[in-house]
Amino acid sequence: MKLRLRYFASIREALGAGEPLEIAEGATVADVRDALIARGGPHAEALARGRALRSALDQVLCDETARVADGSEVAFFPPVTGG
Amino acid sequence: MSGTRVTVQAEDFDLAREVSALRHGDAGIGAVAAFVGTVRDRNDGQGVSAMELEHYPGMTERAIEAMIDAAHARFDIRGARVIHRIGLLQPQDQIMMVAVVSAHRGEAFQACEFLMDYLKTQAPFWKKEQTPEGARWVDARSSDDAAIARWGIPAGNAAPG
Repeated sequence: MKLRLRYFASIREALGAGEPLEIAEGATVADVRDALIARGGPHAEALARGRALRSALDQVLCDETARVADGSEVAFFPPVTGG
Repeated sequence: MSGTRVTVQAEDFDLAREVSALRHGDAGIGAVAAFVGTVRDRNDGQGVSAMELEHYPGMTERAIEAMIDAAHARFDIRGARVIHRIGLLQPQDQIMMVAVVSAHRGEAFQACEFLMDYLKTQAPFWKKEQTPEGARWVDARSSDDAAIARWGIPAGNAAPG
Protein backbone atom coordinates (compact mmCIF):
# COMPACT_ATOMS: atom_id res chain seq x y z
CA MET A 1 0.00 0.00 0.00
CA LYS A 2 0.99 3.58 -0.52
CA LEU A 3 1.57 6.26 2.14
CA ARG A 4 2.34 9.94 2.10
CA LEU A 5 5.24 10.99 4.31
CA ARG A 6 5.57 14.46 5.80
CA TYR A 7 8.54 15.90 7.68
CA PHE A 8 8.78 19.09 9.71
CA ALA A 9 11.37 21.37 11.34
CA SER A 10 14.85 19.78 11.68
CA ILE A 11 13.65 16.55 10.05
CA ARG A 12 12.35 18.51 7.04
CA GLU A 13 15.69 20.30 6.76
CA ALA A 14 17.45 16.91 6.63
CA LEU A 15 15.01 14.97 4.42
CA GLY A 16 12.81 17.45 2.55
CA ALA A 17 9.07 18.01 2.91
CA GLY A 18 8.17 14.35 2.38
CA GLU A 19 7.73 11.63 -0.22
CA PRO A 20 5.46 8.72 -1.11
CA LEU A 21 6.30 5.34 0.42
CA GLU A 22 5.25 1.83 -0.56
CA ILE A 23 4.88 -0.50 2.43
CA ALA A 24 3.34 -3.92 3.21
CA GLU A 25 -0.23 -4.31 4.49
CA GLY A 26 -0.53 -4.27 8.28
CA ALA A 27 2.46 -2.00 8.82
CA THR A 28 2.68 0.21 11.90
CA VAL A 29 4.26 3.65 12.23
CA ALA A 30 7.27 1.90 13.80
CA ASP A 31 7.58 -0.24 10.64
CA VAL A 32 7.48 2.92 8.53
CA ARG A 33 10.24 4.49 10.63
CA ASP A 34 12.33 1.30 10.41
CA ALA A 35 11.87 1.10 6.63
CA LEU A 36 13.14 4.67 6.31
CA ILE A 37 16.07 4.04 8.68
CA ALA A 38 16.99 1.01 6.55
CA ARG A 39 17.59 3.34 3.60
CA GLY A 40 20.66 4.61 5.43
CA GLY A 41 22.14 8.06 4.78
CA PRO A 42 20.26 11.12 6.01
CA HIS A 43 17.11 9.05 6.69
CA ALA A 44 18.98 6.74 9.07
CA GLU A 45 20.50 9.71 10.83
CA ALA A 46 17.41 11.94 11.11
CA LEU A 47 15.06 9.14 12.22
CA ALA A 48 17.55 7.11 14.29
CA ARG A 49 16.22 5.23 17.32
CA GLY A 50 17.04 7.01 20.56
CA ARG A 51 16.46 10.44 19.05
CA ALA A 52 13.53 12.45 20.36
CA LEU A 53 11.01 12.11 17.55
CA ARG A 54 7.25 12.37 17.46
CA SER A 55 4.85 11.03 14.88
CA ALA A 56 1.36 11.75 13.61
CA LEU A 57 -1.00 9.54 11.64
CA ASP A 58 -3.50 11.37 9.46
CA GLN A 59 -2.73 14.60 11.32
CA VAL A 60 -3.29 13.24 14.84
CA LEU A 61 -0.39 12.60 17.25
CA CYS A 62 0.16 8.87 17.56
CA ASP A 63 2.54 6.41 19.11
CA GLU A 64 4.42 4.08 16.86
CA THR A 65 2.15 1.10 17.47
CA ALA A 66 -0.51 2.86 15.34
CA ARG A 67 -1.40 0.89 12.22
CA VAL A 68 -1.24 2.71 8.89
CA ALA A 69 -3.67 2.22 5.99
CA ASP A 70 -3.51 2.73 2.24
CA GLY A 71 -3.42 6.48 1.60
CA SER A 72 -2.42 7.36 5.18
CA GLU A 73 -0.44 10.49 5.88
CA VAL A 74 2.42 9.72 8.27
CA ALA A 75 4.45 12.58 9.70
CA PHE A 76 7.71 12.60 11.65
CA PHE A 77 8.94 15.65 13.52
CA PRO A 78 10.96 16.69 16.56
CA PRO A 79 9.31 17.51 19.91
CA VAL A 80 7.02 20.49 19.50
CA THR A 81 8.04 23.93 20.80
CA GLY A 82 5.14 26.30 20.18
CA GLY A 83 3.41 28.65 22.60
CA MET B 1 -19.48 31.88 22.12
CA SER B 2 -20.00 31.31 18.43
CA GLY B 3 -17.32 32.33 15.98
CA THR B 4 -13.84 31.21 15.09
CA ARG B 5 -11.97 29.56 17.96
CA VAL B 6 -8.57 28.87 16.37
CA THR B 7 -6.48 30.92 13.96
CA VAL B 8 -2.92 30.35 12.74
CA GLN B 9 -1.65 33.44 10.99
CA ALA B 10 1.47 35.42 10.07
CA GLU B 11 -0.14 38.73 11.07
CA ASP B 12 -0.10 40.24 14.54
CA PHE B 13 -3.26 40.19 16.67
CA ASP B 14 -5.03 42.58 19.03
CA LEU B 15 -5.86 40.92 22.35
CA ALA B 16 -8.42 43.58 23.33
CA ARG B 17 -10.32 43.14 20.09
CA GLU B 18 -10.29 39.35 20.42
CA VAL B 19 -11.54 39.48 24.01
CA SER B 20 -14.25 41.90 23.01
CA ALA B 21 -15.42 39.53 20.26
CA LEU B 22 -15.30 36.57 22.65
CA ARG B 23 -17.45 38.39 25.24
CA HIS B 24 -19.87 39.84 22.70
CA GLY B 25 -23.53 39.26 23.55
CA ASP B 26 -22.93 36.98 26.57
CA ALA B 27 -23.98 38.70 29.80
CA GLY B 28 -23.34 35.46 31.71
CA ILE B 29 -19.60 36.08 31.48
CA GLY B 30 -18.05 37.38 34.69
CA ALA B 31 -14.39 36.56 34.08
CA VAL B 32 -11.82 36.80 31.30
CA ALA B 33 -8.39 35.19 31.62
CA ALA B 34 -5.79 35.63 28.90
CA PHE B 35 -2.18 34.73 28.20
CA VAL B 36 0.07 36.28 25.56
CA GLY B 37 3.44 34.73 24.69
CA THR B 38 6.10 37.11 23.32
CA VAL B 39 9.57 36.75 21.79
CA ARG B 40 12.46 37.22 24.26
CA ASP B 41 15.81 38.63 23.15
CA ARG B 42 17.66 35.90 25.06
CA ASN B 43 17.19 32.14 25.43
CA ASP B 44 19.42 29.52 27.04
CA GLY B 45 22.20 32.04 27.54
CA GLN B 46 22.34 33.37 23.99
CA GLY B 47 21.07 36.49 22.31
CA VAL B 48 18.12 35.96 19.97
CA SER B 49 17.82 38.40 17.07
CA ALA B 50 14.82 36.75 15.37
CA MET B 51 12.58 33.70 15.63
CA GLU B 52 10.98 31.67 12.87
CA LEU B 53 7.89 29.60 13.56
CA GLU B 54 6.96 26.56 11.49
CA HIS B 55 3.78 24.50 11.83
CA TYR B 56 1.94 21.53 10.33
CA PRO B 57 -0.94 23.11 8.38
CA GLY B 58 -4.21 21.32 9.01
CA MET B 59 -3.00 19.30 11.96
CA THR B 60 -2.27 22.42 14.01
CA GLU B 61 -5.79 23.80 13.76
CA ARG B 62 -7.30 20.38 14.38
CA ALA B 63 -5.12 19.75 17.44
CA ILE B 64 -5.99 23.09 19.04
CA GLU B 65 -9.72 22.62 18.31
CA ALA B 66 -9.49 19.30 20.18
CA MET B 67 -7.75 21.04 23.10
CA ILE B 68 -10.54 23.61 23.33
CA ASP B 69 -13.10 20.78 23.30
CA ALA B 70 -11.16 19.16 26.15
CA ALA B 71 -11.14 22.47 28.07
CA HIS B 72 -14.92 22.77 27.68
CA ALA B 73 -15.38 19.19 28.90
CA ARG B 74 -13.17 19.77 31.93
CA PHE B 75 -14.04 23.32 33.01
CA ASP B 76 -17.23 25.36 33.18
CA ILE B 77 -16.18 27.95 30.60
CA ARG B 78 -18.27 29.93 28.13
CA GLY B 79 -15.75 30.33 25.32
CA ALA B 80 -12.09 30.23 24.31
CA ARG B 81 -9.99 31.78 21.58
CA VAL B 82 -6.49 30.79 20.45
CA ILE B 83 -4.36 32.67 17.92
CA HIS B 84 -0.83 31.51 17.08
CA ARG B 85 1.49 33.29 14.70
CA ILE B 86 3.86 31.65 12.22
CA GLY B 87 6.73 32.94 10.10
CA LEU B 88 9.46 35.40 11.04
CA LEU B 89 9.13 37.27 14.36
CA GLN B 90 11.36 39.76 16.16
CA PRO B 91 12.11 40.15 19.89
CA GLN B 92 9.13 41.73 21.68
CA ASP B 93 6.71 40.54 19.00
CA GLN B 94 3.59 38.71 20.15
CA ILE B 95 3.76 34.97 19.36
CA MET B 96 0.40 33.68 20.49
CA MET B 97 -2.61 34.26 22.72
CA VAL B 98 -5.14 32.23 24.65
CA ALA B 99 -8.26 33.89 26.06
CA VAL B 100 -10.96 32.13 28.07
CA VAL B 101 -14.28 33.47 29.35
CA SER B 102 -16.37 32.02 32.17
CA ALA B 103 -18.86 33.03 34.83
CA HIS B 104 -16.25 33.06 37.63
CA ARG B 105 -12.49 33.59 37.62
CA GLY B 106 -11.39 30.17 38.88
CA GLU B 107 -12.51 28.27 35.83
CA ALA B 108 -11.13 30.89 33.42
CA PHE B 109 -7.70 30.92 35.09
CA GLN B 110 -7.51 27.13 35.16
CA ALA B 111 -8.74 26.60 31.61
CA CYS B 112 -6.29 29.20 30.31
CA GLU B 113 -3.37 27.44 31.96
CA PHE B 114 -4.65 24.03 30.85
CA LEU B 115 -4.82 25.22 27.23
CA MET B 116 -1.30 26.65 27.43
CA ASP B 117 0.15 23.49 28.98
CA TYR B 118 -1.61 21.41 26.35
CA LEU B 119 -0.54 23.57 23.45
CA LYS B 120 3.11 23.64 24.55
CA THR B 121 3.38 19.85 24.33
CA GLN B 122 0.78 18.75 21.75
CA ALA B 123 0.39 21.40 19.04
CA PRO B 124 2.73 20.97 16.05
CA PHE B 125 4.70 24.23 16.11
CA TRP B 126 8.48 24.53 16.02
CA LYS B 127 10.63 27.56 16.86
CA LYS B 128 13.95 28.32 15.25
CA GLU B 129 16.07 31.09 16.76
CA GLN B 130 18.65 33.29 15.10
CA THR B 131 21.60 33.75 17.44
CA PRO B 132 25.08 35.29 16.99
CA GLU B 133 26.35 31.71 16.52
CA GLY B 134 23.81 30.88 13.82
CA ALA B 135 20.32 29.47 13.65
CA ARG B 136 19.17 26.75 16.08
CA TRP B 137 15.97 24.83 16.68
CA VAL B 138 14.58 25.41 20.15
CA ASP B 139 14.68 22.32 22.39
CA ALA B 140 11.52 21.07 24.05
CA ARG B 141 11.56 21.40 27.85
CA SER B 142 10.76 18.53 30.18
CA SER B 143 9.23 21.14 32.52
CA ASP B 144 6.48 21.56 29.89
CA ASP B 145 5.83 17.80 30.00
CA ALA B 146 5.59 18.07 33.80
CA ALA B 147 3.11 20.95 33.45
CA ILE B 148 0.64 18.98 31.31
CA ALA B 149 1.13 15.87 33.48
CA ARG B 150 -0.37 17.84 36.40
CA TRP B 151 -3.68 17.68 34.51
CA GLY B 152 -3.39 13.89 34.23
CA ILE B 153 -2.34 14.01 30.57
CA PRO B 154 0.90 12.22 29.70
CA ALA B 155 2.88 14.21 27.15
CA GLY B 156 6.27 12.60 26.57
CA ASN B 157 7.05 15.43 24.17
CA ALA B 158 10.63 16.09 25.20
CA ALA B 159 11.51 12.42 25.76
CA PRO B 160 13.62 10.42 23.32
CA GLY B 161 11.77 7.61 21.50
